Amino acid sequence: MQKTNAYDYGIYLLLAIACVITIVPVLHVLSVSLSEPQAVYRSNLMLYPRQLSWDAYQYVFATPTLVRAFGITVFITVVGTMLNLLFTITGAYALSKRTLPGLSFFMILVIVVMNFNAGLIPGYLNVKSLGLLNSVWAMILPGVVNAFNLILMRNFFMDLPEEIEEAAKIDGCSDLALIFRIVIPISLPAIATIGLFYGVAHWNEFFKGLFYITDNRLWPLQVLLKTIVFDNNLNSLVGANTSDILIEPANVQAASIVFATVPIVIVYPFLQKHFVKGIVMGAVKG
Amino acid sequence: MSGTSAGLTGRETVSIRGEGTLSSRIRRHRWLYVLLLPTLAYFFMFSILPYYGLSIAFKDFSPFVGIADSKWVGLKHFRRLFVESPDFYRLLRNTLLIHLYKLIFGFPVPILFALLLNEVRKSFFKRFVQTVTYFPHFLSWVIYGGIVVNFLTPTGVINSTFDSLGMEPMNFLTDTGLFRPIIVATSIMKDFGWSAIIYLAALSGLNPELYDSAKVDGANRYHQLRYVTLPGIMPMISLMLIINLSNILDAGFEQIYVMMNPSVYAVGDIIDTYVYRMGLEMGQFSLATAVGLFKGVIGFLLVVSANSLLRRLGQRSIW
Repeated sequence: MQKTNAYDYGIYLLLAIACVITIVPVLHVLSVSLSEPQAVYRSNLMLYPRQLSWDAYQYVFATPTLVRAFGITVFITVVGTMLNLLFTITGAYALSKRTLPGLSFFMILVIVVMNFNAGLIPGYLNVKSLGLLNSVWAMILPGVVNAFNLILMRNFFMDLPEEIEEAAKIDGCSDLALIFRIVIPISLPAIATIGLFYGVAHWNEFFKGLFYITDNRLWPLQVLLKTIVFDNNLNSLVGANTSDILIEPANVQAASIVFATVPIVIVYPFLQKHFVKGIVMGAVKG
Repeated sequence: MSGTSAGLTGRETVSIRGEGTLSSRIRRHRWLYVLLLPTLAYFFMFSILPYYGLSIAFKDFSPFVGIADSKWVGLKHFRRLFVESPDFYRLLRNTLLIHLYKLIFGFPVPILFALLLNEVRKSFFKRFVQTVTYFPHFLSWVIYGGIVVNFLTPTGVINSTFDSLGMEPMNFLTDTGLFRPIIVATSIMKDFGWSAIIYLAALSGLNPELYDSAKVDGANRYHQLRYVTLPGIMPMISLMLIINLSNILDAGFEQIYVMMNPSVYAVGDIIDTYVYRMGLEMGQFSLATAVGLFKGVIGFLLVVSANSLLRRLGQRSIW
């Protein structure tokens, strides 16, 4: 063990600066959201709330549009991720069998669709012709299989020891039962990783809402947030029955940002653990 | 593989899946096809079917007439793009410049960060730094961009600080000279920690014996970095660089879309934002599709070349 010297302190200092750069903007927004509206009128940097107040959150929760957008995003995230996993696991499992006739054709297909995207307008016209415009399914079905995740999952299945499945077959396990009773249970860590990849993408989904949804009652959270935060459009928060609360736009914007971030913070410990694993898995084998 | 391993262990009861006539092999794998079907159906409906829509790049598409009945116009829209309108070169320039600035200034940051982190021997401190710096990666650009804008508006944090220092306020978000630097800096701030993961993994895979023998040979920490660590992660650095270059037509759609405003179109408008604006906002479907097709074809060629380059270098390839 070497002794800590000036060199190490230099490293600690640089890393501490990196942390400060990352955390200060987040802390500032959190502090603004929790401050008394008058205290944020001319916003200086805040690292803690000035005159702690829940007014901005009261305003946000009293706003039906924001709560509804939250609900839509929860729906997209939960239902979308379940469908993602169903499709990705079954597809990846089939593609993981090297003896499958036609395998190389299917893999070429996956690689082509992964790398050559028809683009925004043809994608839009397709969703339109399928009758999905202004439907929550437009934010779930396009992208139900992510080719990158499919290949990641396939690589994982390919590395499972063949003997386990063979032993189960000798014991009379059918092909389908094999998947649900053997393959999925031993693959749970990889499935969790990929489920989280999908889940975060759904939670942060912005473009599908922007492209496919014009009815603002169906907007997901990120699209509504865009109008609140960037277009300074507090009118998006229609119907808020909050005339008794004196409100400052910066205050409400900060509270909306925090409101949309809390679920990410709650699952963050899992995200950090599993995402790192997924990235390393993709890098090492992909 | 499964066929040979089953054969080698001599278990005749296990079906040897790699053998038999094609039809019997297909029959034996029928459940796998059933499992594959949803994925194939998805790719057909949402990836292959849209290829048909690409034909409108060569037509005068009208939504009222439909794709099939719109009139063919050959290369009209491409002529308009490449020859008649000045838009395209502005878009291409902005896209390439923003990508290259992000590459030049942003690519080394996660490498340096990973090297610094790798020198930390107190695992508590290391974990803390990782937990903090990975976090912004999970925020959407709407949220992170919202935070950035909150700092940069005329009444935002930075201008308030300028004000109290007696300096003139600046309008950061509408200044054409500042837009690209802001985009580059904020994209580095959001993702430098996250992007370091892959280098940290490469660093942790280096053989500790190399360091021990370097120390025996009298190498100090700089020598170890120069002759052991850097050569050790060089394959990963070149892999990431090649992948990055193959995405050169992506400058960060979501980030730029949320942070851009009309006063900075001259320096910030990229291919993706233009396609969106022309196509979905202004109804110029054919023109927008032509731009998108250009991007798609070039991007595809770049990725395929990158992959074959990696294979030729004996590197891990993208697929």
